Amino acid sequence: MKADIRVALVGNPNTGKSTLFNILTGLNQKIGNFPGITVDKKTGFCPLPDGRTAEIIDLPGTYSIYPKSKDESIVFSVLADKAKGMVPDLIVVILDASNLKRNLLLYTQIADLKIPVVVALNMIDVSEKAGISINIDLFAKKLGVPVVPISARKVMGIDQLKNTITYANKVALQQDTIDVDAIAPQIIAQIKDDLKIDNPYYALQLAHQHETVSYLSSQESDRIEHLEQEFSFHSQKAQATETIARYNFINDLLYDTVKKPETAHDETISNKIDKILTHKIFGFVIFFAILMFIFQAIFSWSAYPMSLIEDLFIWLQSLVGKALPPGPLVSLLGDGILAGLSGVMVFVPQIAILFALISILEDTGYMSRVTFMMDKVMRKVGLNGKSVVPLIGGFACAVPSIMSTRNIENWKDRMITIMVTPLVACSARLPVYTLLIALVVPNRNVWWIFNLQGLALTAMYLLSIVSAVVVAFVMKFILKARERGYFIMELPVYRMPRWKNVAFTMYDRSKTFVMQAGKVIIAVSIILWVLKSYGPGNTFARIDQKYSQSQYTKTMTPDSLTKVIASEKLETSYAGVFGHVIEPVIKPLGFDWKIGIALISSFAAREVFVGTMATIYSVEGDADKMESVQQKMHSATNPQTGQPVFTLAVAFSLMMFYAFAMQCASTVAVVYRETKNWRWPAAQFAYMTALAYAASFIVYHLLK
Amino acid sequence: MTLSQLEVGQTGIVKEFTDLEMSVKLMEMGCLPGEEIRISRIAPLGDPIAIHVSGYQLSLRKFEASTIILQ
Repeated sequence: MKADIRVALVGNPNTGKSTLFNILTGLNQKIGNFPGITVDKKTGFCPLPDGRTAEIIDLPGTYSIYPKSKDESIVFSVLADKAKGMVPDLIVVILDASNLKRNLLLYTQIADLKIPVVVALNMIDVSEKAGISINIDLFAKKLGVPVVPISARKVMGIDQLKNTITYANKVALQQDTIDVDAIAPQIIAQIKDDLKIDNPYYALQLAHQHETVSYLSSQESDRIEHLEQEFSFHSQKAQATETIARYNFINDLLYDTVKKPETAHDETISNKIDKILTHKIFGFVIFFAILMFIFQAIFSWSAYPMSLIEDLFIWLQSLVGKALPPGPLVSLLGDGILAGLSGVMVFVPQIAILFALISILEDTGYMSRVTFMMDKVMRKVGLNGKSVVPLIGGFACAVPSIMSTRNIENWKDRMITIMVTPLVACSARLPVYTLLIALVVPNRNVWWIFNLQGLALTAMYLLSIVSAVVVAFVMKFILKARERGYFIMELPVYRMPRWKNVAFTMYDRSKTFVMQAGKVIIAVSIILWVLKSYGPGNTFARIDQKYSQSQYTKTMTPDSLTKVIASEKLETSYAGVFGHVIEPVIKPLGFDWKIGIALISSFAAREVFVGTMATIYSVEGDADKMESVQQKMHSATNPQTGQPVFTLAVAFSLMMFYAFAMQCASTVAVVYRETKNWRWPAAQFAYMTALAYAASFIVYHLLK
Repeated sequence: MTLSQLEVGQTGIVKEFTDLEMSVKLMEMGCLPGEEIRISRIAPLGDPIAIHVSGYQLSLRKFEASTIILQ
């Protein structure tokens, strides 16, 4: 879609920026990359009243234009990078009307860059309820920009905001907020002169941020460095002076335009909730109860939709088998692609539930209380209170969680968080765990309410957290700190979750899961199908020949004959040969060559395991009897001993391997992207694989 | 007297900071000289603390609070 005007959304965290973004763009949004910067760029399109289309860019929430974390550095980069043409035509600054003072700091900084600005005064309903009266006309006049009161939650004032965006000025008309030149007159003048810049605040920002801004040439950056020395420019001192000046402007502005009630105890409800949720004892009890609830919900709520999806695929497979003439293509479609796909699709309900619950925790403001409660513990093990969010997010998926570590300001804390997040039991392990647990753990209750299978799963999740903490603790002593850590964080007021946002996250994440995992799984399924359907040389022809001899055709029923032929073919196929090659390595863990194939293919993505199992064991199923993967694996026996393949020991050994091994190509890629150095993902891959092997070995020999 | 010495429910007015790096970050979040701060609560394990400042709630570690000198 082509846009006529580019609009950037800027604002503090927790101001309803993403709610506004979702309202303006609907489902019409996508996540891409900023050119040259590895931060997700959320863009969407919004039709304007005059028929034009606006491209809306959602910039990361920040308290100031001075970045404290990687994520926040994007804001200035986008607003200032004239070379790449990312500079928006218009900026919508979202201010929380109930907390104007702190919100206005960012506004005054943005306004001084002299890009056309519109102010959206959000949560106007909340501030009115709290008795805050804002003289909006005077406020707008003093700032020199259009100010639109809105409530993104209640979808109020949105049409007016769209109108204002449509008819906004193309030149910046906002009033100056502070005397920028006075902060560092000489260096500002010199940079303006050298780099041919006419905006003093832009010049000052370059003095502060020239090392992190990507579009300056090295000569320009060196020149600024030289100027800093020449004029003895001290970045932090200049920033302190500027911040005080800005708050003076803001205090004057608010004195004239805002009347607050004397007894402002507007967040008392929130305070009461906090007394319970961050209570010395109840706080932790509630936190663990919530985690328990999440795991139980994943299991029990998803059972019905999962069996529906399973049945649907079994029906599809039988349909393909009946409607089309048998041949290699039909076999590829049925045994390869459909079998593999059903393995993924079946887990969509669980993933949707998990993401929905996590987004509710974040949306209500509870997640930041968890951060608050856990900071001291987390610091002891080398992490940071803020590591809790990526770690809990890790239950869903390591990839977005590792990206979310960008808001951890401290380098060492961030690196350790990145290194241990993939240990947390992500949703891709869930299919593997549920399948194996259902196979070997009886489905009954103990102590009335605890389902034994649910308990086994909870144990796997607890193990993942414990291992992440232990590894973090070890890394605390290996890595050297680069700077001081700190923990200055807003505790937002508790709010009801925005159900639309929850539903959207659920839809969006499930879609991403199906699209990304689906692609990998279809590719892996096709490769696997080829590998198991063909063998080196004429081995397959020889097997056919062997079993057409009368000694076999006379003594065996046609049914068991096909079975024997099929499994012998699998063993001599390329996949079988490959599995046998690695079998000596994995034998001590209790795995046979078939599991070996699944293990290797899982290094692309863990959830491939289920699809692979389905593909491999579909060989042994009877042609007219379609079964689910679980049934197939349950009836799998070792041809030599006649014993079932998936014993308690093998299943748990396998789960250990999946718990620790770095079997996810996307995570490896994202760790590289976030650390910009191959050594990090390489070290991570190595230590996790070693842990996986050791854990599997121990568990197998203990349970055997 | 520093902010870290206050008990829950007590208030104080910011006078100055002992640490430039920390002061820049605190001021951005609204902890400015002249601003009134109230201790809202202390985390279950004794650190960090939550304070009420310029109309909202902010959490910070005890060490960070000790860099804020009160009037």
